[in-house]
Amino acid sequence: MKAKVYVTLKPSVLDPQGKAIHHSVELLGFENVADVRQGKYFEIALNTTLSEADAKVAAEKIAKDILANPVIEDYKVEIVN
Amino acid sequence: MKFGVIVFPGSNCDHDAYHVLSKHVGQPVDFVWHKETDLSGFDAVIIPGGFSYGDYLRAGALAQFSPVMKAVKDFAEKGKFVFGVCNGFQILCEADLLPGALMRNSNLHFVCKHINVRVENEKTPYTSELERGEILLIPVAHAEGNYVCDDATFAELEDNNQIVFRYCDESGETSDEANPNGSRSNVAGICNRQGNVLGMMPHPERACEGLLGSNDGRDIFRSLTNTIAKSN
Repeated sequence: MKAKVYVTLKPSVLDPQGKAIHHSVELLGFENVADVRQGKYFEIALNTTLSEADAKVAAEKIAKDILANPVIEDYKVEIVN
Repeated sequence: MKFGVIVFPGSNCDHDAYHVLSKHVGQPVDFVWHKETDLSGFDAVIIPGGFSYGDYLRAGALAQFSPVMKAVKDFAEKGKFVFGVCNGFQILCEADLLPGALMRNSNLHFVCKHINVRVENEKTPYTSELERGEILLIPVAHAEGNYVCDDATFAELEDNNQIVFRYCDESGETSDEANPNGSRSNVAGICNRQGNVLGMMPHPERACEGLLGSNDGRDIFRSLTNTIAKSN
């Protein structure tokens, strides 16, 4: 079983790296790109003995306590078999 | 009086701090490896600059899980002094010993230069030998010094006088031009509500010898040692 964790900056937080990427995207010739926000993606392999519900609880805790900084970031957890 | 300098894998200003404390501040000091769990015997600990755990995940994020950080939290709760510089400031924010977070500099550059900071609160254990409005010349060297927090946290910081240093120009104006990293309201250093935990991005340990361009950092260490001497 695998947990996919997406960590993104809160909408209220400025993202200078996303801005720089957006600028480069424009230089590449893509004119219809309004904005780019950078985030992080994690794949966590979990023991198959865990139930899906328990896996979700564990991954949520990992995301909250380590992977995301709640001051500036949000997270989303998906469990896939 | 005894100082400890916490050493994480990737700390690189630990020897600078040790050198300044022993040679210029003239106090006993020991390195404390991050696997230690006992800080008894110390009056103050420095969390030095560097790249703890290679800045993996987020600057300061992984160091908060080192065994010594539990001891640092207990130490701070007892009112002992915890002083984080640069990466140390980032670690203290990640460990929730200070509010807010330090993000990538808004200009995306690693900023390495001498910079003016203005003393905003002269009543902390770290600034008691300074005056409000005094301007200190202290180097910065960081890529993630952009202080952010939500409006409620910022109001609390202001109401409790927890903003200790702000970036300013030579005349003491806290202009956008004097802000090296996009930090909210030019914040360069903050303390906790009790005042015993301080985090700052500029490096006072690199400003204790005229040869290095400034002596202004000494006043911060002198304030701290005088505070400890009075409380012991």
